Amino acid sequence: METVKQLSLFLENKPGHVYSICKTLGEAGINIYTLTLADTAQFGILRLIVEDAEASKALLEKEGFIVNIAEVLAVRIDNQPGRLAQVAEILNKEGINVEYVYAFANRHIFLYRVDDTEKAYQKLISNGFCVLSSHELFNTNK
Amino acid sequence: MEKSALQALAQKDFMSRDELESIQLARLKNIVSHAYKNQALFRSRMQEKGLDDTCIKEMKDIQKLPFFKKVDLRDTYPFGLLSVPMEDIIRLQASSGTTGSPIVIAYTREDVACWQEATMRALMIAGIGSGDIIQNAYGYGLFTGGMGLHYGAEGLGATVLPISSGNTERQIKLMSDFGVTCISCTPSYFLHIIEKAKQLGYDFKKMKLRNGIFGAEPWTNEMRQRIEEESGIKAWDIYGLTEISGPGVAMDCPARTGLHMFEDLFYPEIIDPETGEALPDGTEGELVITTLHKFGMPMIRYRTRDISVIVKGECECGRTIRRIKRIDHRNDDMLIIRGVNVFPSQIEAALLTIPGVQPHYHIIVRRHGDLDTLEVQVELSAELFGDTIRSIEVIQKKIGNAIKSIIGLAVTVTPVEPGSLERSMGKAKRVTDLRNK
Ligand SMILES: [Zn+2]
Repeated sequence: METVKQLSLFLENKPGHVYSICKTLGEAGINIYTLTLADTAQFGILRLIVEDAEASKALLEKEGFIVNIAEVLAVRIDNQPGRLAQVAEILNKEGINVEYVYAFANRHIFLYRVDDTEKAYQKLISNGFCVLSSHELFNTNK
Repeated sequence: MEKSALQALAQKDFMSRDELESIQLARLKNIVSHAYKNQALFRSRMQEKGLDDTCIKEMKDIQKLPFFKKVDLRDTYPFGLLSVPMEDIIRLQASSGTTGSPIVIAYTREDVACWQEATMRALMIAGIGSGDIIQNAYGYGLFTGGMGLHYGAEGLGATVLPISSGNTERQIKLMSDFGVTCISCTPSYFLHIIEKAKQLGYDFKKMKLRNGIFGAEPWTNEMRQRIEEESGIKAWDIYGLTEISGPGVAMDCPARTGLHMFEDLFYPEIIDPETGEALPDGTEGELVITTLHKFGMPMIRYRTRDISVIVKGECECGRTIRRIKRIDHRNDDMLIIRGVNVFPSQIEAALLTIPGVQPHYHIIVRRHGDLDTLEVQVELSAELFGDTIRSIEVIQKKIGNAIKSIIGLAVTVTPVEPGSLERSMGKAKRVTDLRNK
């Protein structure tokens, strides 16, 4: 199975947080491939895709953030009508719950966080979708 | 002190009840007589009750005597309760308290020796002695914690590191470099030390630290368990208060069924806080202490405002001096929320029943219109936080339910980032009350 490691950071709703995270990683020469922020009135969760998730986690933890790593599927989905619906249908049929999904900037790649990663991976592959490894993801991006 | 003299000192905790009671009675008569002659406030209160210094015939007669309260110390500030000439005073200690003028306690040479004896006996219960290196991280100065533990440890021939509180990184470095075996500080400060040590990459279990003498603020059993799990040391509860002398009024023993009070020096009673009536052992009420052997500023029937119980029966450790139940909350800390009495310690206990919840929390009380609300800020850990909003909402609910089941009120649980709540070097401040502001 090919998955990509995603960092999730818990954030209080305070100004300047996202900036300081990006700055910390930037100064360490770590490239952020994409990020997404989910928030409620009280707090938020920032999700990041970086090349070296473990090193970035250690770095951010040293700055006092709490960081978890989750495995997500990086699925290449052509820019055609109905393709996203097709993915949703496959997962739905198999009873796989999508926790969240977000896109890679400027590319037809979507990141899926599901409750059964292994099964989702197999089903997408067998339906002809391309699920990228981290290596493929980071190297085709350059 | 000679080894045999120390053994004799430790044996005082095991003397027969008859012998103990005869010492108590003789000392009570003596201190009542001394205070009657030399402490104007005590004398006038005795006279109001039609009593004089011959009224003590048996120990029970203590119940006739008037009470002292903290306000008496404030009203007579600074030296109104002084009962010896100032030339005989060799030490002054003070406590600021949270409101109003400070209180001052004056000690004669004999009073300092008595206080030292109490802290020595307390430390001996924890097995501390010569060969131990004690990092005394209580604040030195007017606060009694630093000096109290210092004299006790030194009296036992232990090596004292008088580091005082603060500069946590240095605390950890010296603890490791010097092979410190025992630390004394507030439990909340030790939590901060544990946390900081982890961040700095120290492994507590590889250090020589074995014992912690913790006091000066109320703490729950759940907190004790958490401290022991995370540091691998034994956490001992020491009780004391400035008005009586300082730390070492009562001390935990290995049986952990209450704190032994050195009752040949400090005589405990439990009273009904409403009526002032003395209650039998085994009943909960306000702890009242009489200093049986303290002459600079004797405190007769001092109302501590601490709620406790004198534990009935003998302790399995064999000590004959009585125990008081661990004090995990102070009456002064009580919040009244929508007519319900709430103690911060109840919230602490609820929080710590949930694995992964950090022992760092802060309570904020607000008033919206006529309604008081409680917000509990809790630091989140990686263990508790998955990667979804839902995972956090689940833990918020879990914490909220745990608190509600204990205090009976719904609270708002706010997850905050680790390290964002203020760390205390001394007594932790757990509550911000924004009502009437
Ligand atoms: Zn005992």
